[in-house]
Amino acid sequence: MTKSELITRLAERHPHLVATDAELAVKAIIDAMVDSLVAGERIEIRGFGSFSLNYRPPRVGRNPKTGEKVQVAGKHVPHFKAGKELRDRVDSKP
Amino acid sequence: MTLTKAELANLLFEQVGLNKREAKEMVEAFFEEVRTALETGESVKISGFGNFQLREKPQRPGRNPKTGEEMPITARRVVTFHASQKLKAMVEAAHAGSPAAE
Repeated sequence: MTKSELITRLAERHPHLVATDAELAVKAIIDAMVDSLVAGERIEIRGFGSFSLNYRPPRVGRNPKTGEKVQVAGKHVPHFKAGKELRDRVDSKP
Repeated sequence: MTLTKAELANLLFEQVGLNKREAKEMVEAFFEEVRTALETGESVKISGFGNFQLREKPQRPGRNPKTGEEMPITARRVVTFHASQKLKAMVEAAHAGSPAAE
């Protein structure tokens, strides 16, 4: 499912919500989630999961082509932990 | 500050002009569509944010951390998230050089 399919499904399943609102809403939700993580803030959605940043400390890496050692700076990477409801539903055996 | 469903609903009320009830319903519906897709084995690709994928994990040996008793961890299906290149780049740029953001 892509972002545009998500918009279509929302509009179809919730016909009393205006279709153009579904598109604006999806974009607003995603923008807010991006902004939060960029600001270093957590996202906690009950029943879905949480997003936070994990810190990767600096390390000495290697250029795989030349074998040369290079210093890789520390960085933050987005991390997702699925919530209980999502975990259970995804793993429910038919 | 942590972003929650209540915050998101408030944003939809302010920015999209939905009323409070519709805004709450839209936020709930958004995450429900993603859950339903994943539940039915479909991966979810949100451009500019990231992809949610499913992985089948085989059974592996484990231990009860309290009792130390060995017991198998059963095979299961789990969700993994991979942030998009764009999101990773924006996060890195915003936190360049600063350790431990919580």
